[in-house]
Amino acid sequence: MLTARTEQLPVREQHDIVSVRQVVRSWCLALGLGLVDLTKIVTAASEIARNTVDYGGGGTLMLEELRDGLRVGVRLVFEDQGPGIADIERALADGYSTGTGMGLGLGGTRRLVDEFDISSTPGVGTRVAITKWKMR
Amino acid sequence: MDRIPILRMGPVLLVSIQVDMHDQLALGLQDDLSNAITAHGTKGVLIDISAVSVVDSFMGRMLANIAGVARVLDAITVVVGMQPAVAITLVELGLSLEGVRTALNVEKGMAHLQAVVASAGALSHSTDDADGAD
Repeated sequence: MLTARTEQLPVREQHDIVSVRQVVRSWCLALGLGLVDLTKIVTAASEIARNTVDYGGGGTLMLEELRDGLRVGVRLVFEDQGPGIADIERALADGYSTGTGMGLGLGGTRRLVDEFDISSTPGVGTRVAITKWKMR
Repeated sequence: MDRIPILRMGPVLLVSIQVDMHDQLALGLQDDLSNAITAHGTKGVLIDISAVSVVDSFMGRMLANIAGVARVLDAITVVVGMQPAVAITLVELGLSLEGVRTALNVEKGMAHLQAVVASAGALSHSTDDADGAD
């Protein structure tokens, strides 16, 4: 797998969430993602960016354009140095449709993307990577 | 500070969201609409989101809150023009906008509001038990 290009964005305040949506949108348009897939990944990015700002105390987004054989993709890696998430299983429980979970919206966000990877260490920070693929 | 304009058309308030809203702008709209409903005795609110390409959980909750506050203030809200990709994404995300009335476009939303406003007007002139559509 090859990383064709990268770009880093700050995710520190509310206006950055809007910028994240706009930059992710333009990357996905350039990759030729369909409208539904594009809407899903932009929405997922918006959800994670808001968590980074609201709960992570701000952080960064690294965008990566991926090439892997017959497919191209975009990976979004959000990192913060916030308080971290002690119970990831609970955070991934679906807060919106079932009334359980922590209300971080991670369960719903996971359904919008092809790959979802989260790691978090209390007191150190959180890293969330989401990926959407498209056949070339 | 920027704001989403609220237009008054007779008994109805009209909002068309044409920008990618940051959270504060969405919260401001919620406040402005609540105030406008009270100030004008509005019975119906129409929110056009046809130019909105992303509705995330925050904005979805904002729409639901607006509809909820409007209902408590005796007004109904219709959200119109949702793009199909946005609808698919919202449902997959786990938000079904329960309690929010929707219509395909401004015309249909306006017709629905006018019918509700008219029947509310008729209701206030007679105490007969009308069909009581919520």
